[in-house]
Amino acid sequence: MSTATAEPQTESNSRRPALRPGTPAPDFTLRCTPNQTLSLSDCRGRPVVLAFYPADWSPVCGDQMALYNEMLDEFQNFQAQLLGISVDGVWCHAAFAGKTKLRFPLLADFEPKGAVARAYGVYDEKDGVCERALFVINANGIIHWSYVSPMGVNPGANGILSALEDLKAKSETLAAAK
Amino acid sequence: MTALTLPDPKRDHISGSAAGSIKLLEYGDYECPFCGDAHPIVKEIQRRLGDDLLFAFRHFPLTNIHPHAEHAAESAEAAGAQGNFWGMHDLLYENQGALEDENLVEYAAELGLDDARLIREVTSEVYARRIREDFKSGVRGGVNGTPTFFVNGERYDGIRDLEHLLNALTPQRA
Repeated sequence: MSTATAEPQTESNSRRPALRPGTPAPDFTLRCTPNQTLSLSDCRGRPVVLAFYPADWSPVCGDQMALYNEMLDEFQNFQAQLLGISVDGVWCHAAFAGKTKLRFPLLADFEPKGAVARAYGVYDEKDGVCERALFVINANGIIHWSYVSPMGVNPGANGILSALEDLKAKSETLAAAK
Repeated sequence: MTALTLPDPKRDHISGSAAGSIKLLEYGDYECPFCGDAHPIVKEIQRRLGDDLLFAFRHFPLTNIHPHAEHAAESAEAAGAQGNFWGMHDLLYENQGALEDENLVEYAAELGLDDARLIREVTSEVYARRIREDFKSGVRGGVNGTPTFFVNGERYDGIRDLEHLLNALTPQRA
């Protein structure tokens, strides 16, 4: 289920659309603190919630990341790792995470700017920022669910939880069949 | 919309008439300034709609950015256990800058409640689970920030002023 196609198409919107469920999630290595990096492949073996957002500090983003920060126990129930990602640099992320007391990593898609967002088809060329896009990636690194929200709209966490529940049910069915 | 986003008189704190045909549900955080701004608007809506309105409140504390929000919510629950949820609810919203534990004790005394019991229940997190249930029901119902209002079960995404909210609540009168 993806609503990427619901995005209004503009003349500058010629990039490829957001990656769809069933697609292998492109691996990446990005800085998460001024002296640490994190690779998607480090998270193999557990679900990953990848939350692209346009910018630190903007009010809606604050709400969205603040909400996810309150949801970490719920995500943990699914052993899921939450990763926030924007084109902001590590020091900006550090200040933002400190101010809002975030307890999950924020990744800097900073150099080359937006490269990971481009690989996932969620880079807004016009404004030079990540779109507000969610991906739930399964333990084997395959995209299970994706959603692109209108820029100004906080997508909340309900879709993520439903996707994680669905993923858990599927893996239990598979395990039972073995 | 599902029953999740309709007031449940069996569980929720409700104000107004349980038989009220117009149902307004708020997910709020006592330390959230936007919720504070919305509070007098809700009071005025209650005054105008009277028994036609059933108003319910559920907790949605963003505890990392609002360090006093959890204890404030628990103190409202603790006051509710002593029969005065709404008295505490109003005091919390009217005093958003003073939500330290000692303030909560003062408000309990002001309302004539057993303040020692209230602060004991708050600091031992007696109502934490219920507040978490509220929070989770909000997430599943589409709450993504505070305050979020549901009008007859539908999320209200319009402007949060008296005129627009009243129009949404009473479209036939608009």
